[in-house]
Amino acid sequence: MKPTDINDPSYFHKVVDCQWACPAHTPVPEYIRLIAQKRYTDAYMINWYSNVFPGILGRTCDRPCEPACRRGRIDEQPVAICRLKRVAADYKSDISKYLPSIPKKKNGKHIALIGAGPAALTVARDLLPLGYEITLFEKDGVAGGAMRTQIPRFRLPVEVLEEELNYVIDLGINCRFGEEITSMRDLLAEGFDAIFVGTGAPLGKHLDLPGFEEARDNIHTGIEWLASVAFEHVSSIGKKVLVLGGGNTAMDCCRTARRLGGDEVTVVVRSGFDEMKASAWEIEDAMNEDIPILNFHAPKRYICEDGKLVAMEFEKVRKETDKNGRRLLIPTGEDPVILPCDDVLCAIGQENSVPWIERDLGIEFDQWELPILNKLTFQTTHERVFFGGDAAFGPDNIISAVAHGHDVAVSIHLICTEQDINDRPDPITSLASQKMGIHQWSYDNDISNDVRYIVPHAEKTKTLHDVNMEVELGFDEALALKETQRCLNCDVQTVFTDQLCIECDACVDVCPTDCITFTANGEESDLRSSLMAPAENPDQDIYVSGLLKTGRVMAKNEDLCLHCGLCAERCPTNAWDMRKYLFDTAKASA
Amino acid sequence: MSYIGKPKFQHPQLETNELGLTRRDYEGAFTTLCAGCGHDSISAAIIQATAEMSLPPHRVAKISGIGCSSKIPAYFLSKSHSFNSVHGRMPSVATGANLANKELHYLGISGDGDSASIGLGQFCHIVRRRINMLYIIANNGTYGLTKGQLSATADLGSKTKFGEESLFDNIDMATLAIELGASFVARSFSGDKKQLIPLIQAGLTHKGFAFIDIVSPCVTFNNTDASAQGYKNTWENYVALSEIDFVPMREEITTSYDAGKEKEITLHDGSVIRLHKTGMNYDPYDKENALHHINQYKKQGKIATGLLYINQSTSDYHELQDTVDKPFNTLTQHDLCPGSEVLADINNTFR
Repeated sequence: MKPTDINDPSYFHKVVDCQWACPAHTPVPEYIRLIAQKRYTDAYMINWYSNVFPGILGRTCDRPCEPACRRGRIDEQPVAICRLKRVAADYKSDISKYLPSIPKKKNGKHIALIGAGPAALTVARDLLPLGYEITLFEKDGVAGGAMRTQIPRFRLPVEVLEEELNYVIDLGINCRFGEEITSMRDLLAEGFDAIFVGTGAPLGKHLDLPGFEEARDNIHTGIEWLASVAFEHVSSIGKKVLVLGGGNTAMDCCRTARRLGGDEVTVVVRSGFDEMKASAWEIEDAMNEDIPILNFHAPKRYICEDGKLVAMEFEKVRKETDKNGRRLLIPTGEDPVILPCDDVLCAIGQENSVPWIERDLGIEFDQWELPILNKLTFQTTHERVFFGGDAAFGPDNIISAVAHGHDVAVSIHLICTEQDINDRPDPITSLASQKMGIHQWSYDNDISNDVRYIVPHAEKTKTLHDVNMEVELGFDEALALKETQRCLNCDVQTVFTDQLCIECDACVDVCPTDCITFTANGEESDLRSSLMAPAENPDQDIYVSGLLKTGRVMAKNEDLCLHCGLCAERCPTNAWDMRKYLFDTAKASA
Repeated sequence: MSYIGKPKFQHPQLETNELGLTRRDYEGAFTTLCAGCGHDSISAAIIQATAEMSLPPHRVAKISGIGCSSKIPAYFLSKSHSFNSVHGRMPSVATGANLANKELHYLGISGDGDSASIGLGQFCHIVRRRINMLYIIANNGTYGLTKGQLSATADLGSKTKFGEESLFDNIDMATLAIELGASFVARSFSGDKKQLIPLIQAGLTHKGFAFIDIVSPCVTFNNTDASAQGYKNTWENYVALSEIDFVPMREEITTSYDAGKEKEITLHDGSVIRLHKTGMNYDPYDKENALHHINQYKKQGKIATGLLYINQSTSDYHELQDTVDKPFNTLTQHDLCPGSEVLADINNTFR
């Protein structure tokens, strides 16, 4: 193998698994250390610059960081990254003095944002400090988008939502709320310098089975029903409720139904339990609220009596794999299952829809109503029109929408300043030694062996009677501090200087996870199998040094490194050093 | 020393041995030696060697004297018996322990000060008495614990960090051991575990007195370019007489054996040492040849390493003395006081 190029900004970034996995690349270990020092406001601001909605995401994020967390590979459970983010939000003090200053004198460019969701608000947050004038159109009377309409209040209190929406709105957005855009042609004619579309994926799918028309009054699509609950147009539901679908929307629907009068709420999915798309923790929360999940039940028809829905019929199926490896659901031949119900909530997916964009404006769409986009710049086939969030590539999550927003802001700034939109600015990185003394580092390398701490919940007897009462109480300070100590500080990198090495083996001997080997160089596959212990995770790199004096190389398996710094402590020549790598994606404004 | 201990987390795919233990289970306390000390690599080699051999830790007795080297039994095999004795007197304690219980694996750890200076007399006698044990010297040519004076194994002309030059020729412990009748003599280097680990395994398996002189640089006091036992000089002047593999008795020998390029030595328990010749045809059975090679390389400023000498036909102390078969702690009152009839039989033999 060739010596590793540690100057490539993505090399050490990839070692910080959580940050690498986060669509917005939030510097997770950095803010966890700040929480450990009770510097909650600083931890919050790091998050705020990176993901704009720390309090919201600390409760609702899909947490791609946690399955990626290195702790999950050496211990049973990853660090509770998401809930630590919430701790920063819960315990911060007044942040107003840290918010960016917005120039009074504008730069003369005027940007229209359509849909006041996370993507558009991120675009606004990044462009306002540069002097852009921003007009935000929202068909609802209030901001938030899916964060307001799709996430039930018992997971995200309205005060938390509005606090963070207002940090952005109060920077000085022209809000035109309650105003639905009905024609892109008209909007383009208004002469905006750029238009951003962040209208989400607003169409819920219906399940059109026999009996649908007759039962229609009691069949609701999940996202529309959740929005109606959020806006308090709906405050009750029948006693027996069936929720169709296995995604996070289904989980929100069933838990909301339990709080609005559904005594017997059942989730029914066609496929297997372990194929459900919902996050494991959301499934767990639903089951804790006494909601059974029936799997391998394919819906067949709605059953009505006297013109009213009374039950649904399901066919039991089993999973098989055909010779092409495709999964098939085959009827088992058992008797159909009849499940009585008063209401059905259909959460089987959602679709993009932008009927208000005329198709002769030069903005092209594919067969699924998704715009043809440059994946790097989020620019449509129309130079001044951009898409982001769910509207861009279909339903995803809040943190992805935020990441899109940052990229869109960069794109808009580039075109408005007449620069090449494809020439993206580099990330901001730094690599600094953490050495304080012979065996002392400016980070806490004495990690805790504790298992993951569980976030306390409010009593079920109370939460099930109030759709607005938050279920999760969040970590208290003592629990939060203990959980922070589980973080391995993966951003504090092991940096090797081959010219200094005397090949004494001290690092090899001390490494608790057998990451370091001095060996003859070879092809990557040979090296991976000839290390002190095998390096079987192909997603994690092998760090290879240049040739040493004995003709061998140092090969380090990044996969299981605890970043404990003992290699550097036991190194007599400082060939190993622990250096903190900070990586910040390029943003339109810092 | 480090402020934190070695974290408990380990590689999830770490191999387990026949006892279901990983090499982490053969570790000891966290080292307090200087960073980069060769002795820590010797500890690591012992940990790996004993783990691979599936030695039950409680069947090992570690005995040491005084010095940096003699501290290291604390850093491996924390579940074994251990005795940290008086300076230079490890051989006496090891001899006594071995007489009392011949069923344990004895591992003596000493240094150049402990064995070549204050304990040289004791060393000579334990070799001569053929105690069944593995005796390791961590040899760095300096008195590290008293802050870096030259020791008796420092080569003529070698210099410490302070510029002090060795005016006397060194005592070569491997040569001495061969001449005094050791039946397994090897030399190795703390930095080369590929050679050291099989040597330790073979030494622990060998029946009789096994000795390994390990060049183990003192990174703090004796690691300059002019230090004979420093890392730089050792890496540059280190010659392996043969490459060595150790195949424990329990393992099926699967790789093919090429008589033209390899030499196999079957030990008393059926384990096999395999020597791969590296260019020269070195014969480890020949005492004179071994001494000749060591001296020839020394004249060129080189260090001859590997298995230098082996003799499997000598008897160990217990055999020579025809001692009792069982360890003392398993002898019953009947064994020790078999009764007047047995006494009468004995007396009859003198009549």
